[in-house]
Amino acid sequence: MTDTIAYLDHNATAPVRPEAVAAVAEVLSLIGNPSSVHRAGRAARSRLERARDQVAALVGASPSDVVFTSGGSEANMLAMVGTGRTRILVSAVEHASVLEVVPEAARIPVDSNGIIDLAALEALLASDTRPALVAVMLANNETGVIQPVRDVVAVANRYDALVHCDAVQAAGKIPVDLASLGVHLMSVSAHKLGGPAGAGALIIRPGVTVAAVQRGGGQERGRRGGTENLPGIVGFGAAAEAALAGLPAAGALALQRDRLERRLEAEVPGCRPIAASAPRLPNTTCISLPGVASEVQVMALDLAGVCVSAGAACSSGKTGRSHVLKAMAVHPVIADAAIRVSLGWTTTEGDINRFVTAWCALAARIGPRRQARVASAA
Amino acid sequence: MPGDGDMDSMNRVLADLDPTLAADMALPGRPQDHRVVVAMSGGVDSAATAALLVAAGYDVVGITLQLYDHGAATESAKAGGKTCCAGQDIYDARRVAETLGIPHYVLDYEHRFRTQVMEPFADAYRAGETPVPCVLCNQTVKFRDLLETARDLGADALATGHYVRRRQGEHGPMVLRGTDEGRDQSYFLFATTRDQLELLRFPLGGLAKDATRRIAARFGLAVSAKADSQDICFVPTGGYARVVERLRPGALEPGEIVDLDGRVLGRHDGIAHFTIGQRRGLGIAAGHPLYVVRLDPVRRQVVVGPEHALKTPRLRLRGVNWLANDPLPPAGVRLDIKVRSTRPATPATVFGRSDGGAEVVFDTPQPGIAPGQAGVLYQGERLMGGGWISRDDAD
Repeated sequence: MTDTIAYLDHNATAPVRPEAVAAVAEVLSLIGNPSSVHRAGRAARSRLERARDQVAALVGASPSDVVFTSGGSEANMLAMVGTGRTRILVSAVEHASVLEVVPEAARIPVDSNGIIDLAALEALLASDTRPALVAVMLANNETGVIQPVRDVVAVANRYDALVHCDAVQAAGKIPVDLASLGVHLMSVSAHKLGGPAGAGALIIRPGVTVAAVQRGGGQERGRRGGTENLPGIVGFGAAAEAALAGLPAAGALALQRDRLERRLEAEVPGCRPIAASAPRLPNTTCISLPGVASEVQVMALDLAGVCVSAGAACSSGKTGRSHVLKAMAVHPVIADAAIRVSLGWTTTEGDINRFVTAWCALAARIGPRRQARVASAA
Repeated sequence: MPGDGDMDSMNRVLADLDPTLAADMALPGRPQDHRVVVAMSGGVDSAATAALLVAAGYDVVGITLQLYDHGAATESAKAGGKTCCAGQDIYDARRVAETLGIPHYVLDYEHRFRTQVMEPFADAYRAGETPVPCVLCNQTVKFRDLLETARDLGADALATGHYVRRRQGEHGPMVLRGTDEGRDQSYFLFATTRDQLELLRFPLGGLAKDATRRIAARFGLAVSAKADSQDICFVPTGGYARVVERLRPGALEPGEIVDLDGRVLGRHDGIAHFTIGQRRGLGIAAGHPLYVVRLDPVRRQVVVGPEHALKTPRLRLRGVNWLANDPLPPAGVRLDIKVRSTRPATPATVFGRSDGGAEVVFDTPQPGIAPGQAGVLYQGERLMGGGWISRDDAD
């Protein structure tokens, strides 16, 4: 194995920003429970509230809208369960932490670019009079495709439906504004934007009632019980502030990403970026090398010191076929050969060059065997 | 890896335990310039294989295959019971790789293992055969698909923990039985092609019985005391019939137990419960011992008879893999044949057939020949190939 790595898997987890490292380190040695009355408690409380301001600022929310959780998955769970609505519609490309909370939820189909079918959403909403909850993510973790969430809200409002927006991948990569999106609920996560894992938040618009899933203790205005993970939350706040300041740089990653895609297309015949014509996060490309299984590409790249992802990795390290690409009706030969490359605040041109070199070397090594496999699978 | 500065002592361990490794690997130049993929099952044998290769300096990559859902393979299908996470074996393999300091990956082969190994296994039982799924597994998922992945990763070799020896012969690689007769696994490798053997390596084949565990212990591997795997990996001990029933619902249809003259002696609850030569579990009282001599899938009959009725002078092999340079001669060649993994090889004359099969004539008639088992051919210690024992009686 190589000593240094080219880390191009920011959508899995982003390297922790120095601002977050410093904030976490400082707060770790701070005494005090934010719920305590005494001065130590007050000091802790003040750090907590400062972090709340920082997270609220990242998504254009009021601090009182922010409910800290243990991460994006818990925030999604709280949103899906906490409103008490039992009629639930989810886009077919949502993250597992949304889909698996309500497996029986109606699926809103997407087009070949992974963009939600608004007419189908409207038809689903019109088919029943019970109040609904609609979950549509802001940007997809595998493809980076950005959903027309404002349009989703416009449709949903006509049927008095609530909209939950999983903004875990979008926050810190593109500007996110709660008010202009108009959603009722929104989840964000610290470790996707350079904070520590183990902290996240559900943003709840005023007037929307969410009952706690984790009860007892009354923290977070009764919406999430349990002593706050102060170091994680403070790290989240620091990372959110840094990510907000870094949005122009994050946007500029699109240039690097687009150049990367053009180089790969030029050097490896038959490879193709998925949903490249759709609005996407600036840092993400999902690219397919038909004839080479995604997991084999990830392994070969790892052996060359380059970290990328295939589909959604589970904790055992094995990968399954992507439900996102399946919902987009991507041909299995392409879907099973797709990897996700995601850039971020640490990415250098050297990292990208290293990826391109390793990926092209893999394609060259397999050479004509690749075409033979595609032909036999088609 | 064991602690810093331990390389010398590791090399001594290596020289002590496996002096012929470098020669057996047959990879010219420096070990560190050769990437070797090790198929790590999570057991002690493949762990020791990886350890030996790491100590010898190869660029070792561990791969574990996820072959079946550990819960679903043994339990009746429960709705929503599908777990994504692997069993203990994958966990163990990963821990070994961590200890050795090598990269380790899990490949999800569940689908192909099901269609290429488990379903044919069930179909064979339904057809009155006694399958050897380990051969099918080696033939398909391991030495075809995993081998191809090893090539994709730029590996010069794929090593496994099988107890067989590989030697460079005049006309390419040869396979010899494992030095330890009791652990020899050449029977399960009969279908390995010469092309596959070019890339395959079996570093354990020359080691004594207890050497593997000693190696694992010396490298501090957590699996050094782990029990050997038993029988068929996806079948819980003694429960293959349930696996057959789950894969092929309705496969266990009851029928009659008849004697050689067709007289009905009793009933059975599915021919898949029986194998040729079986004596126990028939539930029939007779004056003399009765054995299963034939399984008739069409009439769903288990045919029983006395011990001498089990003996057969010849058999037919289909799908023969032949590892020698010259083709299997139609005029016959003297070889030894093993008709079950647990039985010693016995001398026979083997005639090549134009349909890719072979006719085997034993020197002395052999008992308990079960269709679906492998007939594996040897010349002394050397594995020459083999085929599947066919249902069709020799003509």
